[in-house]
Amino acid sequence: MTKGTPALRLSGIVKTFPGVRALDGVSFDVMPGEVHALLGENGAGKSTLMKTLAGMHQPNEGDIFIEEKKVVMRSPMEAKAKGVVLIHQELSLAEELSAAENIYLGELPTKSFGRVDWATLYDKAGAILKRLNCSFGPKTIVGDLSIANMQMVEIARALTVDAKAVIFDEPTASLTDAEKSVLFDIIRDLKARGVGIVYISHRMDEIFTISDRISVLRDGAYRGTLITRDTNEEEVTKLMIGRSLDLTRNVQPAEMGDVAIAVKGLSCGKLFQDISFEVRSGEVLGFYGLVGAGRTEIAETLFGLRTPSAGQILIDGEVVRINSPVDAIRRGISLVPESRKEQGLVLGMNCKDNMTLPQVGDLTAGPFVSDGAEIAIFDQYRDKLSIKTPGWRQKVGNLSGGNQQKIVIAKWLSMQPKVLIVDEPTRGIDVGSKSEIHSLIRELAKQGYAVIVISSEMPEVLQVSDRIAAMYHGRLMRIFTSQEVTEDNLVQAISGLNSERVA
Amino acid sequence: MLSENTARLLKQGAIWGFIVLELIFFSVAGHFLSLSEGAFMDLDNMLLLLKQSAPIGIIALGMTVIMINGNIDLSVGAIFALSAVVLLDSMTWPIFDGLGDWVIPVSWLLALLTGTVLGAVNGLIVWKTGVDAFIVTLGSMLGYRGLVFMYNGEQPTSELNWTLVDFAEAQFLGLHTATWFLLACTLALWLMMNKTVHGRNAYAIGDNCDAAVNAGIRVGPHMLKNFMLIGFLSALSAVVFYSESGSVNPNDGSLYELWAITAVVLGGTKLAGGSGSVISTFGGVIAIQLLRKGLGYIGSDTETVNLVIGLILIAVLYLDRQLNRKGKEELRI
Repeated sequence: MTKGTPALRLSGIVKTFPGVRALDGVSFDVMPGEVHALLGENGAGKSTLMKTLAGMHQPNEGDIFIEEKKVVMRSPMEAKAKGVVLIHQELSLAEELSAAENIYLGELPTKSFGRVDWATLYDKAGAILKRLNCSFGPKTIVGDLSIANMQMVEIARALTVDAKAVIFDEPTASLTDAEKSVLFDIIRDLKARGVGIVYISHRMDEIFTISDRISVLRDGAYRGTLITRDTNEEEVTKLMIGRSLDLTRNVQPAEMGDVAIAVKGLSCGKLFQDISFEVRSGEVLGFYGLVGAGRTEIAETLFGLRTPSAGQILIDGEVVRINSPVDAIRRGISLVPESRKEQGLVLGMNCKDNMTLPQVGDLTAGPFVSDGAEIAIFDQYRDKLSIKTPGWRQKVGNLSGGNQQKIVIAKWLSMQPKVLIVDEPTRGIDVGSKSEIHSLIRELAKQGYAVIVISSEMPEVLQVSDRIAAMYHGRLMRIFTSQEVTEDNLVQAISGLNSERVA
Repeated sequence: MLSENTARLLKQGAIWGFIVLELIFFSVAGHFLSLSEGAFMDLDNMLLLLKQSAPIGIIALGMTVIMINGNIDLSVGAIFALSAVVLLDSMTWPIFDGLGDWVIPVSWLLALLTGTVLGAVNGLIVWKTGVDAFIVTLGSMLGYRGLVFMYNGEQPTSELNWTLVDFAEAQFLGLHTATWFLLACTLALWLMMNKTVHGRNAYAIGDNCDAAVNAGIRVGPHMLKNFMLIGFLSALSAVVFYSESGSVNPNDGSLYELWAITAVVLGGTKLAGGSGSVISTFGGVIAIQLLRKGLGYIGSDTETVNLVIGLILIAVLYLDRQLNRKGKEELRI
């Protein structure tokens, strides 16, 4: 595998952003006809590396070689022209245009006077779609396609040029199993044509199915390359998180109080159906499942952002109606949302203002907000959660991810809620702060909060939860106690394996 | 890269620096070019400038709040005209005959109520339909202007009440009535935006609406209040202006929305919302008025004034963008 000329090679890539060294001397190569998987936890630098490869970022140091010729790629266009194509995790398609127009976006074939040569366009696009075994024609409007088919359009784009290397960034995040196998066929086809493929994912099963070699990034640095057929999941995981997966949890069953929140038969259209569970105060219930399993949607329903189509929510044994976040907050439910920057924080505001945002109406003296009362709250929770910030005037956008997350948590704690829902507590947070957030969650449970943690990271959910609810396709498959749960039965539950056996 | 503090100081101070520049330029240029005798920075001249800033200024203050919220209101000029019609016409209504000069506060109240209600209509539509404020107020701008024409056709609505004119032309501590209204509104809105919960929420909603919803802020009612506020201020602007002039043409107040927005933007408030300052808008209003007056003072005609203001607006926004660019990572178009 390591003979011959690499299709694409990076050497000593350094990329810094203000305050962060996102890539620290990363070297990496992919051979023609090889699938090279790239692994790493969130924030390990995978995306930055890919963007550098595809010409969206310029490295501060280091070189990129295509077939051993040194190249500089200043834009995605230039990268594509040189044969390096990135297939994004987030689709970047013009939804109002047809598949053919999207495939040739920016390089539509033209006739005289700049008129579009539609016949040629549809012919060429149709041929590519056929090669990908797509069920739709080139004239289909992209917005009408399923997510999987949109992804096919993205892939088709890559095939318009003579690609030497194709980068797939988490391509299966929104695909069903059937669609996934189509995608793998396409990857194998590309591979047979001698294209070098970089495959980014953090799903072990996929990586072991499709890849030839596995490279691991951690904290922006290259940690090693393994030959897929000579290694196993454990070895890869160890490389990825820097230690063996530690399944001993710090769960000393806290003294649990009464049931704080109970959910009975809760459904919301197609998003999730017939969900029932309860959480006692002093308990952490973890929700684990794949993206799209309906976990976040349950949290949003409990917080009043979605209207349930059936079922009941009980707080302290009393049925409540929650139509808006205002209702939820009044009932003592609070949500630390999945994307901190988009949904949790007002980035232009300072730390103090963000922390007091939901309750600033109660911190007034006469018609005006009382700075003193606000600062008192800020000081109290800064010390309590050891938030590192130069002072309350600091804009929250300038804090590190871990400290931002603490501000969001402090925002709710200062309102003394009963139920704290934390969606992806450590997304985009560096490893050091991660464990800090984890112990904070345990500590909060100890203090008597009922905590619901939603996470896509198995070590995390195993570490912080007293019980773990496994979700699959909008259904709650099983709730494990910490004694019952093993890595195997949890993975089975979230892949729907149990249900098929039962049903 | 400039440090963040330097950049912020530059931004907040920019409008005042610009005003000083204008004053120096027109004083010097006026010395050589001016046809008139008096100096440009004559006290009476400056007092008059403040007074003339009031109508657009009062509206621009409200526009600042709306724009910090991430919205925009294009109907302010039409609200201004309709409130003026109500103000002047209601003074002649037979039912108020017996009131004597007490008709003045009654008419004022009616005019202010008109503006507030028209603003509330805008706000309700924005809240309940979720249609973009730009579109909603574009529609109401046409609609409200239509109402003005339906009221009195092409004819001007006139009513001169001398008690009212005396009040409007009065000077207290050297400042005209209109100036006092402008200053009082500036102070009140500054307090509101910087010291109250409503102001805090306005910034939060404009910066990140999702986060505001997640923090339990009722965004719809909040926006409604702001549209009512700008409706009220448009009417107040009409009340201040027409108390003195006593005659309103159906096309009065046209383009006021654009002048108000220009002043707000010159003052550094972002179109996208989330940041901005009432005081800087006050500066923006003064800067525009200085430019108009100054160019007139050195003998330019009105057309030149508009051209120059347009160019300066674009230059200011370009500078602002340079100061705000987040390094080189930003996409070029």
